Parts: sequence; structure tokens; C-alpha cells
Amino acid sequence: MQLIPCPNCGRREEIEFHYGGQAHVPYPAEPAALGDAEWADYLFFRDNPKGPFAERWYHSGGCRRWFNAVRDTRSYRFLAVYQPDAPRPDIAQFMAAAPPVAADRASAASSATNAVTR
Amino acid sequence: MTARRLATGGTIDRSVPIPFTFGGVDYTGFAGDTLASALLGAGVGAFGSSVRLGRARGIVSAGTEESSALVQVEAPFAEPMLLATTIELTPGLAARGLTGQGRLATEPDPGRYDARHAHTELLVVGAGAAGLSAALVAARAGASVILIDDDVTVGGSLLDYAETVDGQPGAVWAAAARAELDTFPRVRVLTRTTAFGIYDDGFVLAIEHRSDHVTSTRSRQRIWRIRTQQIVLATGGYERPIVFANNDLPGIMLASAAQVYLERFAVLAGETVVVFTTNDTAYGPAFALAAAGASVTVVDTRPEISAALISGCRTAGITTKSGHAVQAALGDSAVTGVQLTPWPGTTAEPPQEVTLPCDLLLVSGGWNPVLHLFSQATGRLRFDETLATFVATAAIPGVHLAGLAAAQADLAAAFAGGAEAARAALTELSAARAEPGRHRTHSSFEIPTVVSHFALHPIEQVWAIPAPTEFADPDVRFVDVQRDVTVSELLRATGAGLSAMEHVKRYTTLGTALDQGKTSGVIGSGIVAAALGIAVTALGTTTFRPPFTPVSFAVLAGADRGELFDPVRVTAIHDWHVAHGALFEDVGQWKRPWYYPLAGEDLDAAVARECTAARTTVACLDGSTLGKIDVQGPDAGAFLDMLYTNLISSLKVGSVRYGVMCSPDGMVKDDGTVIRLADDHFIVTTTTGNAASILDWMEEWLQTEWPELRVFATSVTEHFVTIPLVGPLSRQVLAILAPELDVSLAAFPFMATRAATIAGIEGRVDRISFSGELAYELNVPAWAGTALWEAVMAAGEPFGITPYGTETMHVLRAEKGYPIIGQDTDGTVSPFDLGLGWAVSQKKVDFIGKRSFARAVNDRADRKELVGLLPVDPTVAIPDGAQLVESADITFPMPMFGHVSSAYRSVALDSHFALALVKGGRARIGQRMFAWSEESLVEVTVADAVLYDSEGARKDG
Ligand SMILES: [Zn+2]
Repeated sequence: MQLIPCPNCGRREEIEFHYGGQAHVPYPAEPAALGDAEWADYLFFRDNPKGPFAERWYHSGGCRRWFNAVRDTRSYRFLAVYQPDAPRPDIAQFMAAAPPVAADRASAASSATNAVTR
Repeated sequence: MTARRLATGGTIDRSVPIPFTFGGVDYTGFAGDTLASALLGAGVGAFGSSVRLGRARGIVSAGTEESSALVQVEAPFAEPMLLATTIELTPGLAARGLTGQGRLATEPDPGRYDARHAHTELLVVGAGAAGLSAALVAARAGASVILIDDDVTVGGSLLDYAETVDGQPGAVWAAAARAELDTFPRVRVLTRTTAFGIYDDGFVLAIEHRSDHVTSTRSRQRIWRIRTQQIVLATGGYERPIVFANNDLPGIMLASAAQVYLERFAVLAGETVVVFTTNDTAYGPAFALAAAGASVTVVDTRPEISAALISGCRTAGITTKSGHAVQAALGDSAVTGVQLTPWPGTTAEPPQEVTLPCDLLLVSGGWNPVLHLFSQATGRLRFDETLATFVATAAIPGVHLAGLAAAQADLAAAFAGGAEAARAALTELSAARAEPGRHRTHSSFEIPTVVSHFALHPIEQVWAIPAPTEFADPDVRFVDVQRDVTVSELLRATGAGLSAMEHVKRYTTLGTALDQGKTSGVIGSGIVAAALGIAVTALGTTTFRPPFTPVSFAVLAGADRGELFDPVRVTAIHDWHVAHGALFEDVGQWKRPWYYPLAGEDLDAAVARECTAARTTVACLDGSTLGKIDVQGPDAGAFLDMLYTNLISSLKVGSVRYGVMCSPDGMVKDDGTVIRLADDHFIVTTTTGNAASILDWMEEWLQTEWPELRVFATSVTEHFVTIPLVGPLSRQVLAILAPELDVSLAAFPFMATRAATIAGIEGRVDRISFSGELAYELNVPAWAGTALWEAVMAAGEPFGITPYGTETMHVLRAEKGYPIIGQDTDGTVSPFDLGLGWAVSQKKVDFIGKRSFARAVNDRADRKELVGLLPVDPTVAIPDGAQLVESADITFPMPMFGHVSSAYRSVALDSHFALALVKGGRARIGQRMFAWSEESLVEVTVADAVLYDSEGARKDG
């Protein structure tokens, strides 16, 4: 079970947290001004990158505060955590420093050898 | 096989005989025996049969890698599929061999199971030469250490394979190491404990067997949930067999197992022994069995054997046949001999077959490092041609391998490797710490001097010996003896075009049995690689996954069973309900009174009586589980305006408004009431099941979107009891309870709230109705809940007050067409679909969900809408969940137009009725449809969702 570094509480068990999807997708200032396609974009469409990804987390079983994190979707490792109102860190800086284990996970996931026992 | 117990030797306690039964026959073993060693000691070498072919099965190993000796334990508690080699003998043990499948207990497990959490700087898995060295180095440096081993004592192969360590038996060195470790307060040694899974961030699960071997009040098994900063895996290795014809006959055993049975249990597993090997490690067992009196012949595939081993064999009276292989074992139910062939065979000259008699055939095809945990931790393996096995590639941060697990070739290397691994772990620990560490990175450790015959190489890489013609069809060369998978079946898989080991595994079931291919997996890879003409390392092996050994659900559940499985929440009035015969319904974790049957009443009769009371006199409900959120702050009104579809900020202090909450997609999320106690103070009520999620919903918007709003939201569900007082006579009862409160219609109108002293308790009365009747909800602090409830019952007694439960509550609300969010809705239902368009503000610039109502999909005529249903025959029940169709001629497939979401019988309507979501439902009002379920087909008339008092006349009494 992974430890997630809450910016307020430190490293805690992952079951204390709820996932909140992609970060930096603000509620539109004027929803009525948006066309159907733009509104659908806000409602239903999120990025799904392979690699560092800025996303929202909620420490529901701890300080009950939302925070943002950059997490590598290949390795699950948290690369940075920050407050919701802080700017998104430069994702490119994390691209360079992808941990080796991430590559392993990625290749395992894409190969035929990734299957459950039995 | 003529195994027998020797008069002396071993670590068993001959002064403590232990009676047991096997297959209905009485036997006696000794303290310290396993079931397998006791059976061998009693001369029982064969039992059970294989799952697919029904072939006889015996004992192959002396440990967790056992592939063959599966037993069913019948007493003290029935458990299927256990390994005879890991069951410690206890008085009264009753077991039998398995014919493939076991039997689960039919009675509850009386065992107690528990769990411990532990944090440590270093976890060492395996307490052999490498593990003990690692633990000693780390302990002496001051680190906190947990050392675990699945055996009954520490020592590992030192107990069996070391002739001497520092001039003494290996067990003596191991015992001294254990004694020293026990002196460190920060060191914990756990034996009979198996680490079975390794997870992220140093999280390791282990199972400790605590009282299977002793009579004790301790828990039977315990789960250890260990969070460690560094791990040393000193998990040793498994000897693997060699595949040849009839290699599954009882009496064929791993060479190392015979050594263990002899050294530890004083059991000589056979008298006339053939040892078939590809490497040096089998010579130790050969020497040991010869010294114990067996006649031994070693058959070695290698053309050259070292001079030291040749001379050792000569001295011990052991015959050697180098450059030969066993191509078939002879015998029907047990091995009686072997057929040899020159190795490697040549086509130039026909093989000269030699037959040797034997009652025990020991095999050693080399050793596989136990890398299950390493592999689980995302460690990668590669095939090492020199050692003929899979070994670890690059290290993983925080995970260190030592000893045989690290393919360190002999015991001296294992001691050194353990110490080195611990030092690496200490260095990483120190580097990870910002401030100076509390332990040193080095400590003294002197590598002991070891005399042992154990060495991993030289070894010849041999997987399977070709079968002689008379044994070729059907193929009896078993790769996986537990699944009866033969070499031919692997070749059929590759012949069918499978070229990945994971696919071959699933095609053949190789390695999918209880042992998960611990001894067969590498051989399978070797055979398949050869068939494909590729290197074994290119083919790879199957992925290791937890658990390493089978783990019972009972121990995973631990103490979290029965009443402790899930927290039970009860209201402040719970004891009264119990004392008055209420039956309870689980609503989430809450226990809610379901109905209060009088003597002789069933559910229908009780609910009919309770409904009648609420509609004709007066009744009361414990509604305390209703979610209650206290929302305060200068911006509370503005915030709730965004959350609810209707306008909240315009609500007057002292008033109540029904409200609907939607998700941004415009679908109903929850409903409830908003009570305004002051300009900056609201109480929001939610559905019982949504109390926590709506508070989270508020926090999400406040924290992530509108942090500038000055609003605090606090759960107060448990702080107050809420008692709806319902019925035409409720006003009279309230007047008695709250004499200072003006309860007149003019002074206390519908949807008003009043602070009041109720039965002498400071509280609040809201004129809210979830039944359509005149009703009041009484709120007081939870500690006064029972006092208020009893006062309500006393004041209402002259009026015939009737307590009612959730079933009646549901009937009353459904008669009025009030939906339950989550029962009558499913996340695709808008307020308009529910007929709640009146609660959607047209004035507000925005609220969550508003923009979505402008999407075209909301205007479709075939949206499912909430309607009522009445059966054409009012005495016929409408099945809950039924599909609604247009024809009584049921033929599949046929168009379906919706489903029944709530169904009850109504006294007020003198009919059964239902709520349903129906496509274009409101346009169908008055039309006939059919409610179909597997049990019944009921003709119904579509009606307005509000079936009772549609003009709302009754709410004022
Ligand atoms: Zn936190």
C-alpha cells in the first residue's frame, strides 16, 4: 500500500485519500456563455497522459484538505504536492527525471506478460 | 520406499510421542515432527492421488515448495489443501491424503485471528546464514530490525547443510545468533512467519502461525502489517527436480529433502538409494544417507566429477555413474528402480540401457533462488547460463538480496553477502535521514569458517530427459506434478503457436496449482525455450504475484468479523426501540427501526397499522440518522445558492425550504431541507446515506473553487436527535410537549422553524412533512434523545400515538410521490425528470448543474420520468425492480420502457402501488402497461407520482 505525501500531514496510507481527477480544470467563470461542446469539454473530457500528471487529491481520512500533486502515471510515484491555489509546476522538469521503475511498469503493462496469477 | 525412523539423531523429542491419525489409521510421531516426517518415520511414503490422472502421489520436499503431498485436515478443524510438509504434528491431528480436491469446513471456524502493525528500519526475510548475518550486523549498529522466517527455528540451511560453522554444528551457531539478537530491544525475531506479499513503500504482509503447534489461548494466526524502510531478502533457494518418465512416482524426492528428513527428523527415507544429479549439491545428501546406512549410487549427468567428490564417494562406499541420466523410474505405486541412459545420448550408437533397483530416488536439477518477493517488488530477473537458473538483475532501491536468493554460491558467500546487504541497507538508511542517525552505518561482524558440500556450480543445465520408447505414449514426464502437466503438453502449446510463457501457462495450467510452480516454473521455461529454439532469458518466466503461500481468508479478516466487521451506528434512542420490540433495518452503517410488530403481526399488518395511525391520528419516527450539516459564515447564503438548484439566500430567518442538489452534469445528487437559523447560519439536511458525501461535496467546492467564500461546514448528524411527529393530531401533542410554543397555524405555518422548549429540553421544531400529513420535526441534543422520545410517547398516549419505522416512512412518502435519491434515481435523472422543475430557479445567474439543463438531451421526449403505477387489480403486488413493457406477450427481446423503483401496499389507497421511471412517463398517464419480473406479470395503469392528497390539503392538519 502506497504512502501519499499530504502537504499538511506528511506521508500517509493511500486508503486515507480520495482521488479528484485532473487538476487545474477550474469551474468556468460563465457557464452560460459556453457552447454545448465547450461545456461538454469541461464536464466530460480530461487528459490521460503517460507520465507526470497534475491531479487533485483529497486527504479525506486525515486533514480533510484538498491538494494538488504531480504523479507519474507509469510508476504511481508522487513527484510533487502543492496547495490548490498554487500554480502548476513545470511538468517538463519531471519528464527528464522519470524513475527507472516507471519504465519497468510501463513495459510490463504493455506486454503480454502482465496478467494475473491463475 | 522403506523409510524408517532411526534410533538416534535429529532434533525431534523422542520423550514426547504424539498420536495422530492419517487416512483413518492410528500412528505415533514425536514432538518436532511435521506430518510428512511422522508419516515417513512410520513408513508411509505414498498417499493421495493426482487431480487429473489419478496417479499416486508421495512426498517430494520438506517445506513450502511441496508440489505433491497435499492433505485434507479433518481435526482439530477441517481445512483443505494443506501441505503435509509444513503441518506441525499435534496430538489429535487427523488428516488424509487428497484425491485432487479438499473439503471446506461446514461449521464456523472457532480459531481466533488477529493483526499487528509494525514499523522498522530493516526487515530481514529469511533467517538462514545470510539473514542471521544481516540481522546481526544491523542490530549491532543500533538499527531496529524485524527478522522473520517460516521455519520453527532460525538457521535455515545451516541446520541441514553445514557440516560445521566455526568448528561446531550449524545449529549451534544459529542458536547463538538468535540469543544475541534477543538481547537487542529494537530487534524482533518472528519464527513460523511467512512474508507473503510485498507492496509499495516498504509495506510487507506476513502471516505468523502462533498456536497451531501448541495448546494455547493465543490467537491461531496473525497478520503482520510491516512498514519498513529497508529490506534484506535472504529467502534462500528451492531445489528443483529433473523431468524424466514416471518422475512423479512416490519414492522420488528432492535430494535436499532426504537430507532434511535425516538431519532434523532422524528419518532415513530409503535403504537403496539412487541420487540423480546435475550438480555438486546432491553429494551432501548422498554422503549423509550413506553414513546413515543406506546403499547409495550417484548418477551424474556431467562427464567429469571433481576429484574431491570422487574420493569422498569412494570413502563412503558410494558408486558413481558419471555421464548418465535417469530416463525412467520403474514401479507402479512406488519407485522400485531406475532405467539409466548414457548422457548426453548420441544417435550414432544405440544407448546401453542399465537398470538399477532402488526404493528411493533423489533428484537435483539445481537450485532456484527464491525471488518471489523481489519480483513482486518490481525486481527484474534474467536467466544465468552458468548457474542454470533465474537470478536478480539490477537491485531495487531499499531492497537487498543476500545468500542463495542472491545466487551466492555457497555458505561462506552467504554469511558475507548477508553482512554486506545489511551494510548497504544501513548506508541507505543513513542517507535518507536529514539529521544524524541513531544508528551507525557499520558494525563488526566476523565471517565464520564453514565446512559444507553445498556449492551452486559447476552444474549442467538439464531440464528433461527424452523418454524411452516404452514410456513415450502417453507421455508420463511431468513438469507440474500437481496439475499433471507433461512435457508433451508444453510442446503442444508451442506447436499451437504460443511463444510467451504466460500464454503457455494458461494453455496448459502449468504453475497454476497451489504451489504456483515453485519447483516447476523454471523447468517449464527451459523446456519451452528449447522447443522454441530461443535462449531461456529471452523467453523469461511467469510473473510472481502475492501471496507467496496460500493465506486463509480467516486471518485476513482477523478480528473484523461478525459485529466487528463494520462499525454499527445506533441513534440515541436505540435502546428504547430494542426494548419495544422493533425490528431493525441496516441503512448504511445505521441500525434503523424497520417496524414495531405487535403480538401476532407480520410486516404487512404492522405497516398497515402504523400507516393508518400516521394518516388518521398521530405517529412518531426516530429520524435521527437524517444527515445534518451546520453551514455558517457571512457567505453561507451565496454558497448554498450555488449548491442548490433553487434560491436559498432569499430564505427568511425562521423558515425552511426544500432543495435539490445536482452535479455539474445536471443530474440529481441529493435532496433535503435548508433551515435558516440566522443570516449567517443554516442547517442543511441530507439523505441518511449521503450525509458524509454531501459534506465532502461542500468541502470540495469551498476548498478548490471558491476559497474566497467565508463559509464553514460541519457535520452535526450525531449531535441531535430528530423525531418527526406526524398526523392530524400531532399539533395537539406538540401543544402539550411545548406549552410555551404557539402552535397555531397562523403563528407556526408550514415550512417554518421555531426554537422551543420541548418537554423541558431546549431544542428546535421544524414544520416539515415527509408524509404529506401535518407534521413537526423535533430536534434536541442527542443526550436528551430518549427523554424527549419518552415524553412524546407519554404526551401522545391519550391520542393513541404509534411509533413507526422506515417501512411505514417509505410507504407514506411514496404515496406522496416523494423520491428517495439513490432508490428512485440513478445518476441519470434530472430534477425535471422527477417533476421537481418547480424547485429549479430561473432567476439565478448560475448554480451547479444549471448550464447542463440547456443541453439538447434534456428536451428529449423519451427521457425517463417519475410516475406512479396502480395495478389494475388493486390486490396484486407490483414487483419491485420490474421492467415495464407494453405487451403481455412476453417474447425476448422486446422493448422496455422503464422500471419499478419503489413498490408498496397502501392502506390509504386501498391498493398496491409503485413509483417508476418510465420513458415519456408523464405523457403516458392513464395508459396501461405491464410490469414484468421473473415471478409475475402485472397489468398496471400509469398515474401521477402523487397518488395521495394531490392538492396538498392535509399538511396543515
Ligand atoms: Zn492531510
